[in-house]
Amino acid sequence: MAPASGLMNRMTPAFTSVRSWAATAAVTVALTVVPAAQRPKDLPDTRAISHVLNRVGFGARPGDIDRVQALGIPAYVEQQLHPEKIDDGLLDKRLVGFSTLTMSASELASTYFEPAQRLQRQRAAQTRGTAPQASGKPDGMVAPSDPSMAGGPVNGQPGVPARAQSPEARQAAAMQRSVLMELSESRMLRAALSERQLQEVLVDFWFNHFNVFAGKGQVRQYLTEYERDAIRPHTLGNFRELLGAVAHSPAMLFYLDNFQSAGPDTGQSPQLARLNDPRLPPAQRRRLTEMLAARQTQPKRPARGLNENYARELMELHTLGVDAGYTQTDVIELARILTGWTIDQPRNGGTFVFRPAMHDTGSKTLFGVTFKSDGEKEGERALDLLANHPATAHHIALKLAQRFVADQPPPALVDRAAKVFTSTKGDLREVVRSILTSPEFMDPAFRRAKVKTPFEFVVSAVRATGASLTSGTPLVVALQNLGMPLYGCQPPTGYSMTADAWVNTGALLNRMNFALQLVSGGRIVPSGNGRRGAAPPAMAGDMTPGAPEMPRGQGRGRGALAARGPIAIDLSALAPDSGVQSRDRVVDRLLGGEISDSTRQTLAKAETPQNLIALTLGSPEFQRR
Amino acid sequence: MMTRRIFLKNGTLALVSLGFTPAFIARSAQAAETRRKVLVAVFQRGAVDGLNMIVPHGERAYYQNRPSIAIARPNQQDGAIDLDGFFGLHPRMAPLGPLFSRGELAIVHACGSHDETRSHFDAQDYMESGTPGVKSTTDGWLNRVLHARDHERASPFRAVALAPQLPRALQGTEPALAIGQLAQFGVRGGGASTDSLASSFEEQYARAADTLLRPTAGEAFDAVKMMKTANPAGHAPASGVEYPRSGFGEAMKQVAQLIKSDLGLEVAFTELGQWDHHSNEGGSTGQIANRLDDFARGLSAFSQDLGDKMADVVVVTMSEFGRTVKENGSRGTDHGHGNAMLVLGGPVKGGKVYGKWPGLEREQLWQQRDLAITTDFRDVFGELVTGHLGATDISKVFPGYVYKTKLGLLRT
Repeated sequence: MAPASGLMNRMTPAFTSVRSWAATAAVTVALTVVPAAQRPKDLPDTRAISHVLNRVGFGARPGDIDRVQALGIPAYVEQQLHPEKIDDGLLDKRLVGFSTLTMSASELASTYFEPAQRLQRQRAAQTRGTAPQASGKPDGMVAPSDPSMAGGPVNGQPGVPARAQSPEARQAAAMQRSVLMELSESRMLRAALSERQLQEVLVDFWFNHFNVFAGKGQVRQYLTEYERDAIRPHTLGNFRELLGAVAHSPAMLFYLDNFQSAGPDTGQSPQLARLNDPRLPPAQRRRLTEMLAARQTQPKRPARGLNENYARELMELHTLGVDAGYTQTDVIELARILTGWTIDQPRNGGTFVFRPAMHDTGSKTLFGVTFKSDGEKEGERALDLLANHPATAHHIALKLAQRFVADQPPPALVDRAAKVFTSTKGDLREVVRSILTSPEFMDPAFRRAKVKTPFEFVVSAVRATGASLTSGTPLVVALQNLGMPLYGCQPPTGYSMTADAWVNTGALLNRMNFALQLVSGGRIVPSGNGRRGAAPPAMAGDMTPGAPEMPRGQGRGRGALAARGPIAIDLSALAPDSGVQSRDRVVDRLLGGEISDSTRQTLAKAETPQNLIALTLGSPEFQRR
Repeated sequence: MMTRRIFLKNGTLALVSLGFTPAFIARSAQAAETRRKVLVAVFQRGAVDGLNMIVPHGERAYYQNRPSIAIARPNQQDGAIDLDGFFGLHPRMAPLGPLFSRGELAIVHACGSHDETRSHFDAQDYMESGTPGVKSTTDGWLNRVLHARDHERASPFRAVALAPQLPRALQGTEPALAIGQLAQFGVRGGGASTDSLASSFEEQYARAADTLLRPTAGEAFDAVKMMKTANPAGHAPASGVEYPRSGFGEAMKQVAQLIKSDLGLEVAFTELGQWDHHSNEGGSTGQIANRLDDFARGLSAFSQDLGDKMADVVVVTMSEFGRTVKENGSRGTDHGHGNAMLVLGGPVKGGKVYGKWPGLEREQLWQQRDLAITTDFRDVFGELVTGHLGATDISKVFPGYVYKTKLGLLRT
């Protein structure tokens, strides 16, 4: 850690300008700024505040340190624990143009995904000269490289060359991509701009905990709904409710295959089960009957049966944790309990449905508890059992402590948080509160103990520089370049939240390059070659939703922006030149005033304000939080 | 020879003799010192139709099942290029014909993963983790290969994916690089001051107290300097060699450049997609023909380009599963099971189609619809990892796996 000497002297001029920035900036903050004269005598140390802002949120924006200093750390934390009471009007306005964010999966399916699927069916029908029919693929198992994924998702999977497509097909593909693009962009804008920082941190955390992958088949239709309805409302709610929302979500049911898991004696496909559903409208019944009849003439498909995938990850990743001592028998028993938890019409954005015809009606035993045949309620009971298990309390407490404190958090802290989890029956607000108000959380020994993930790095850079964004797209592309594409984590483990995964030679160079791109206008293009067929959706600039306002002061002359581009940093407020005052201000704002002598010396060599900021964002200090 | 070339090019020989060797030069020298064996893994993502790639033209059932997309028998118009009287190459893979004749190309047919999944997602994951059926494996088999071999002061370019993101196969505890384009590797985008910014960054990290970031950044800047010195992008393809103008061609060209510039490459990874031909697959022309053209020309150009250096190089191709024997109602094929892998290079005992052929009659098929698997993909990888790369403990690469078939793919 850098020596503290001389800190306050350097802070004084910086603070003045921070306040003046805050006064003029068009940013409304829910926090009340207390005039300097009325402040309590023992102000919290700015480094401690910087630490809190780095952990509770994605780092300080210009003026944040001042505001928290006025409010006090405990009051700030308390405020963040109640996001519903924080005004986020500016962000909401910003997201008004993102029309897909409020749509249901079935609306998205019919408006955005159906045109491409229809074209595909037409093409197939033209070749055959017959009526459309299923191509014989396992249901809804659309591959990352399936033509309907043309252009590819953000996961780096190869797509289909645009040249092979008609203009109509290209437009249909663009429609599909725009859904994921709006969701990705909105996630970046929320993380960077929301006043509800803790909530955004927890959305990142819980989505990752219950990871699903955009590249797996129909998941992409369900992502928007999944994040909005299953994850977001429960981040500070009850764990059992969160677990239940995920277990009922078509996104997870599809991603981990439970939608096609059936009991051994049922021999049921989801289609056949649907046919047996008396509520099925006649027209759909006719179509389904024709489809199933057509399928009879095709080569035999493997018999459906039990799929253990979700049951295994439900215990290993979502609840108990890998070392909790469950067995393969437990996995099978849990999978049997969850048979019949499926999706009504997964190709059309349908909802969760329990199909008794697919359910294994035999008796099951999970951890010594007998489950008599009780349909959907068996699954609910199993989720109760898992949510209330002490191993789950420990697993969740450990992961949260890893996010907020250190890769190897103090065991006593984890134990206390686990106890809170158990005593409150999984009240996540109380668990998070117990961590954020613990002495360990504020222990200076843990300052900068965490290496930022690429997501945290990118968002914190935008926040620290107070950059204005005309679009979130460059940030979405930046995350791909940094190896952490949004919604692009293939394995169910989610992205690693610890340092080892993110510290490697290529990654560090990419971070320095992001810093340089950020200060020069943010025109960030995908790195790499040979992905023409998989140009990320982000590159479709013409589809950028909303009508974002232009950054203030664009143009040359006084107060000119760093450069023309989608991301602009107001240099007049941060670093009008690369002189000593600008340097001090940059160090205060971007690094909370804490910097090693060697980094400070290299900053002195920066010839321009842009380089000064880039060198700070790419420094070892800024890679940590 | 290699060592001297690097020193002379830099004019740093004097420094070396005075004992002021900058670390990266020592590492460059070390990387170039030994003749390194290189393994190049090529992933055909999306499940290539192995039966139209390596055509079993001796099978009656092949033609019965594929009325519109079968490749004609050799000596017929647009027919397969005969390999051994029973198998043939797709006609657009003609550039690989001479390699097979010269014994530098081997094929393993009816090969793949015994896992039953027909999901691209799961099957690719398993082929890259090297642990079919086990989802919780966190690292890839190519990364474990690195771990299973001796390496003192390994080159930072030991394992490189020519791709924007590190593929699953290379993820793990051993350092591996994903590089989109060699020419863009390093600090860039700072305009005229890029060099001074780069050295400022280097200085920050070199003097940082951060025990995690300091050595990693040191590694990164060593790599940048080694790359700059060796300038792999400066190695033009050998005369007369033309790579296809595609992402795959570009990636293979850059793998060749890395090898030619003696940067210590041991494992490389490239990939090419768009094999998922559920409709209008085509036969000797059409979608699959165009993709195979790119694939074959890329491999052939790579082999020609490296010339004598192919003595130390083995390329192995893979795809997550094969496709149905019978064409579907859309003149395409659906997700199947067994597939074919190509093994190419100087050390390969080529000119032969390896593996036990299970046949294509209905009763011979897996689940009565797909080519059965007679060779586990790990048998192929395993032979290359031990026989070519010299790994001793294969159980570290494929935990729990017991060899089933000894193919004898390599010259000994």
